Amino acid sequence: MNKINRTLKALTKPALNIYFTAGFPQLQHTVPIIESLASNGVDLIEIGMPYSDPMADGPTIQQSSSVALRNGMTLDLLFEQVSEAGKKVDVPLLLMGYLNQMMQYGEENFLRKCKQVGISGLIIPDLPPELYEEQYRELFEQQEVEIIFLITPQTSEERVRKIDSLSNSFIYVVSDSSITGQTKNISTAQIEYFQRIQKMNLHNPTLIGFGISNHESFMQASKYAAGAIIGSAFIKQISGITSEAELDGRIRQFVTGIKSGE
Amino acid sequence: MNYTVDEKGFYGRYGGAYIPEMLHANIEELQSKYISIIEDPDFQLKFRNLLADYSGRPTPLYYADRLSAKYNSRLYLKREDLNHTGAHKINNTIGQILLAQRLGKTRIIAETGAGQHGVATATVCALMGMECIVYMGEVDIERQKPNVFRMKMLGAEVRPATSGSKTLKDATNEAIRDWITNPVETHYIIGSVVGPHPFPDMVARFQSIVSEEMLKQLQEKEGRNYPDRIIACVGGGSNAAGAYYHYLEDERVRLVAVEAAGEGIDSGRSAATSVLGSEGIIHGSRTLLMQTKDGQIIEPHSISAGLDYPGIGPLHAHLIQSGRAEVVSITDQEALEAALELSRLEGIIPALESAHALAALKYLDMSADDITVISLSGRGDKDLSTYMKFLDHE
Repeated sequence: MNKINRTLKALTKPALNIYFTAGFPQLQHTVPIIESLASNGVDLIEIGMPYSDPMADGPTIQQSSSVALRNGMTLDLLFEQVSEAGKKVDVPLLLMGYLNQMMQYGEENFLRKCKQVGISGLIIPDLPPELYEEQYRELFEQQEVEIIFLITPQTSEERVRKIDSLSNSFIYVVSDSSITGQTKNISTAQIEYFQRIQKMNLHNPTLIGFGISNHESFMQASKYAAGAIIGSAFIKQISGITSEAELDGRIRQFVTGIKSGE
Repeated sequence: MNYTVDEKGFYGRYGGAYIPEMLHANIEELQSKYISIIEDPDFQLKFRNLLADYSGRPTPLYYADRLSAKYNSRLYLKREDLNHTGAHKINNTIGQILLAQRLGKTRIIAETGAGQHGVATATVCALMGMECIVYMGEVDIERQKPNVFRMKMLGAEVRPATSGSKTLKDATNEAIRDWITNPVETHYIIGSVVGPHPFPDMVARFQSIVSEEMLKQLQEKEGRNYPDRIIACVGGGSNAAGAYYHYLEDERVRLVAVEAAGEGIDSGRSAATSVLGSEGIIHGSRTLLMQTKDGQIIEPHSISAGLDYPGIGPLHAHLIQSGRAEVVSITDQEALEAALELSRLEGIIPALESAHALAALKYLDMSADDITVISLSGRGDKDLSTYMKFLDHE
């Protein structure tokens, strides 16, 4: 059993997974953000590797990525920061980024480095499951890094089963056909989709993401899954902050708000 | 050597479909249906009729007498500039709109750089009565105003791409995001031989009409159906793909791909992908692209908005890497000079993109009886303001 499914299994409440972009709002904020999220009871932390062309991300995450890159964020620095953070927190850390970043670093190097600094899983939206199985599965397994796949309302049942069989942590349920950061109320069609997935009794737990922005949507989504993922709404909260004290305060307020509605 | 796409969408090691799950259903539908749709006789009949009666094909293969005398060789211009809307782009948009109809799509999106593909898409959407949204970088909207007006007049909505460098690459990202958000009713008419499989092959097939006509036209004019050399500019590479298509396996024909060197290969302001690029993934395809060691995509530069792209279609990456095609890099200045030269020698004002192909002539070792076809992919109307500035300087 790996750190992600150990953590999810031990939970009695809905899992809260928070995404943020490394090196945003300030280059040196990666470690304090991770510490603050962990101390405020976030269950999984998803660290975005800023990319110049984030095809699956909406304007909020794109913008935060551009800022992080302008701040001077690089993969080497990111690994250093994650390594430092990993010594201070015990929450499973995930990286989210694009295949080209991993490819240019060298796939094997990249995965080895992930293991070394304590990354438990990777979300690579433009790495399709077929390609993973053919070319990457062995490497991931060697380095004991988990892959997290996305499913959408258009993903066929057969394909969801396939993805389930390739996964060993959780499955990322994209709440709607959309890019990140589109906040809407959860619709009847979405609930039907969540229920359809729930009834499939998958081996892996699911977390619902895309469009989750407050306590209500978090709790509502968590009825149909092990928990939910929040990204853009969190990025908006910390945008523009310069001091670490303010950052910590804002994070506490946000996380408490999501969990308790206060 | 095989230069056609394999069943997984690869040209050698390049190509494929590196797409997020949100696009899987759409891409899979296209992959499983595009060949049977395109090869259907009824589809072909409609496609061919529109190319003939609507776009004015076949386009002439014109023997450029005075240009030939200047370079002491036999030079033909394949006049794609004489198509309706002024460039080869319409060959593809006619094909893709017919395909979109077969798929039952009702809404069309497209990306555009210089606006030529945007205009060609807006045109066929008007023709078919389909909703049309064109993504265009904010910078390009500013520098290509006449084409923005043309698209609007044709009933399309032009949406500015405001991320990154605000040019073609970013317009493409925005179009992909739109498709992710509206996967069911929308078809994305991509404008070049780029993107995830099957787009590179699909666009190449629609553009292959160019070399199909060359076979016949050369036979009539020269008594043999092949030239010694084909020269075409390559941004993404759709006009080159069309001009090469029926000669890919014919090793008697030398393929020359002309890239935009911008202000010079080493100037830091260039779009010469094959020289400055390395293997990676851009817009869902494994190919050559300009990037940092961390895989961040580098903003290209070319005076020609149509060549201002940091990648290259996977077919071209394969042709170049395997040595089948040779590459010539042309600077902004050289392209401007070549445009002026063709205007003065032949009375034809070329698009800046096509001017890059013409500028390659001086670097090629051509004998007097060599037959060379230059793909004159578009006309220069859209570039007049750039040309006027250049002439004021001369």
